[in-house]
Amino acid sequence: MDEASAKPTRTFRIEAAGRASRAAAFAAGVMLLILVLLPVFAGRTLIQDLIFLFYMLALAQCWNLLAGYAGLISVGQQAFVGLGGYLLFALTLLGGIDPLLAIPIAGVVSALFALPTALIVFRLHGAYFAIGTWVVAEVYRLVFAQVKPLGGGTGTSLTPSVTSSVPGIEWVKSLLDVRTPAARDIISYWVALALAAGTLALVYLILRSRRGLALGAIRDHEAAAAGLGVDIYRIKLAVYVATAAMTGMIGALIYLQKARISPDAAFSVLDWTAYVIFVVVIGGIGTMEGPVIGAIVFYLMQRYLADFGASYLILLGALGILVMLFAPKGLWGLVSERYDLTLFPTRRRLVVSARDDKRKA
Amino acid sequence: MTGWLDALIQGVLLGGLYALFAAGLSLMFGVMRLVNLAHGDLIVLAAFAILFIASKLGLDPFVAVLVAIPILFVIGFALQHVLLNRALGRDLLPPLLVTFGLSIIIQNGLLQVFSADSQRLRSGAIETSSIQLGGGIAVGVVPLLTLLSAIAVIVLLNLIFYRTPIGRAFRATSDDLEVAQLMGVDIRRIFAVAMGLAFVVITIAALYLGLRANFDPTIGPARLLYAFEAVIIGGLGSFWGTLAGGIVLGLAQTIGARIDPEWQILAGHLAFLVVLVLRPRGLFPRAQD
Amino acid sequence: MPLLQTRGLTAFYGDFKALYGIDTTLEKGETIAIIGANGAGKSTFLKAIAGLIHGAADSVLLDGSPIGARPAADIVKLGIALVPEGRRLFPSLNVEENLLIGGYGRKAPGPWTLDRVYAMFPILKERRVSATPTLSGGQQQMAAIGRALMSNPRILLCDEISLGLAPIIIADIYAALPQIKAEGTSVVLVEQDIVQAMKVADRVYCFQEGRLSLTGRPRDLTRDQIHRAYFGS
Repeated sequence: MDEASAKPTRTFRIEAAGRASRAAAFAAGVMLLILVLLPVFAGRTLIQDLIFLFYMLALAQCWNLLAGYAGLISVGQQAFVGLGGYLLFALTLLGGIDPLLAIPIAGVVSALFALPTALIVFRLHGAYFAIGTWVVAEVYRLVFAQVKPLGGGTGTSLTPSVTSSVPGIEWVKSLLDVRTPAARDIISYWVALALAAGTLALVYLILRSRRGLALGAIRDHEAAAAGLGVDIYRIKLAVYVATAAMTGMIGALIYLQKARISPDAAFSVLDWTAYVIFVVVIGGIGTMEGPVIGAIVFYLMQRYLADFGASYLILLGALGILVMLFAPKGLWGLVSERYDLTLFPTRRRLVVSARDDKRKA
Repeated sequence: MTGWLDALIQGVLLGGLYALFAAGLSLMFGVMRLVNLAHGDLIVLAAFAILFIASKLGLDPFVAVLVAIPILFVIGFALQHVLLNRALGRDLLPPLLVTFGLSIIIQNGLLQVFSADSQRLRSGAIETSSIQLGGGIAVGVVPLLTLLSAIAVIVLLNLIFYRTPIGRAFRATSDDLEVAQLMGVDIRRIFAVAMGLAFVVITIAALYLGLRANFDPTIGPARLLYAFEAVIIGGLGSFWGTLAGGIVLGLAQTIGARIDPEWQILAGHLAFLVVLVLRPRGLFPRAQD
Repeated sequence: MPLLQTRGLTAFYGDFKALYGIDTTLEKGETIAIIGANGAGKSTFLKAIAGLIHGAADSVLLDGSPIGARPAADIVKLGIALVPEGRRLFPSLNVEENLLIGGYGRKAPGPWTLDRVYAMFPILKERRVSATPTLSGGQQQMAAIGRALMSNPRILLCDEISLGLAPIIIADIYAALPQIKAEGTSVVLVEQDIVQAMKVADRVYCFQEGRLSLTGRPRDLTRDQIHRAYFGS
């Protein structure tokens, strides 16, 4: 007789991707392809609109990483947008450097500025940290307003020699039969798409990494995370510097496309902080999907309602308040809770499966 | 030499204005742990309120402010009760973002109602009167009144906080919310009263803001930053510290302006950052915290 | 009718169930003691009565009226005062101010005034303007009890007043209890010190992991019974 000891053993596996996210990954790949090829059949207005959407999305992902995950609520990110923009102008106008090369350089320099900035503002906490970052942004603005070679308080424009020296313009002109300004926009579009995709990818990788696990812990309960040995200060510093670098690059792109910069515009709290926060809050803070939804909603609102001026801004403010109070997880939060969805698999799941193990005596 | 002495005196007087800006912020943080990003815009709102009352009722601003004070107390009470009490809790984000949204709403609401035109509170001769101190130094009456009002407000706040039952309730609530409730303190009501009181201070600050300089709907955020800097320089937890912080900020600005008028605001920010680096807890922090 | 009654009192901390339906009574003038191991739910029980934790309205009855869902600020106005675990005096208030704020919510006439509290705890009068963190543990406990008494409560809830104190200090503090009882106040004591609890209580309830495991009068309970009720079998 068999003395079969059928002892079911269990295996444990940590898995991040679920079914929905795998489908979403495929769809994202298809969409990326379409977006890259878009300039072939899209008009200039759409291209310009999408540039706006992409850089708002990228800025929102950065702010979300900072505030939603690392708990660093900054209302001073405009410091790095403006810094990136001015660095681009300085590198191209004064340094004669290739405009596309200037973008990553702006990112690196922004990171270098972010380090001492962080050491100062990290002395403040919570809401005081927030205002501290605003003060720093103001300092950046006032300092750049004193830089006469870059236009001082009134600002300056990119010269035609700079704008036409963006690499790839001739190729695009001949390929798609467009004029120089449109060609420049198309190149900017691809750069913006690359930055948006790159920011998404980078944020995703950070959150998937060990550091990301730590960030998730900090987001959920900072004191507990500290108690578990997570080095909060260093992680926050790393996130602050990394987002500064990304934000700097985005700022460089924005002002390459606009071709005109001034201190008030480049360091505007409204454009680079208020709107960005709105995007993240409406979409859903602390998730990656949220800013994507928020950016799309915001783009639509800007497109159709911005003409209403002050009333539009009052609407934005009121909407932001209402969402914060009554739907704090944003639009994505409402959707994902109802349907238990995740598109960007950053959470880890414990997957348990049972296996039978029969043995013969 | 007189130029520098003049800068010093003007700096101290300017500090009075900044101390008034900061006192309201300090009060809100002290009792409710609320940092109100709309603080500067509320000062501007109050200035417009005084302007409105003064022009509609044909009153001098110094009288109009007395009418405005009870009205703004009620508005502050209601704002806290209806909106801000909902946002306060353990989480840091909601009060920050709600007050940020409020800031945008107030700025644009004022823009809609009053347009972007620069305004001024007019009080006649007093605006340009000054007291001669000899040696070519003159002290403006309005700046002097600002400083004296700041001192008076701080004396009053200290009186309320340290010599009245409600002041005890304020301090207890700030120490330990849960145990304060065990004493029978209705937290929501205490917060609303504190906010109403902060609005009174804001209104007084608005009077002097409007008398000293032109104002328009967009200048709020800059006032928030000055108020905040004064609080941090002075040190959290002490109203007199806030006065000191305001004066240090005022001095930094006027001395900076003396070197180069374009550097006034930057000098203030830099002084703030220096204090932050060297003495993160401020110049006169309270013992505990 | 008992002065205070709990019926099926249940309490949660988030998802964690701390109390599984507790039934107790307190007669006017009685002193009852709640004993049990750490984490048994004793402090949770007091917090639920004091209104820091909300439950079903009729799970707590005062003179027959349901108060289980009322907030803490209301409960103290009804005459139930809690001396919280760890004393929790207000560091921004000096000793006298801590006592005074005890009477903030409830303006009821009664024997407990500042002078009466000072008479019971003379050391507090000496240190009346001191900052409370400078007081010793025992003095802080006296101040916390005095603060609760300032509301002239009908029921005084004491959460582990002997915690962290030397035996001689504990004796000092418990010496005040008869004076409190003499004024007609009913007392609910949560105590880790079983000996002390049994000495002063008219009745004892023992909690174990959120449930009542034993109840009775001290003189009726054997050591064995208590041991089993405390630790479980």
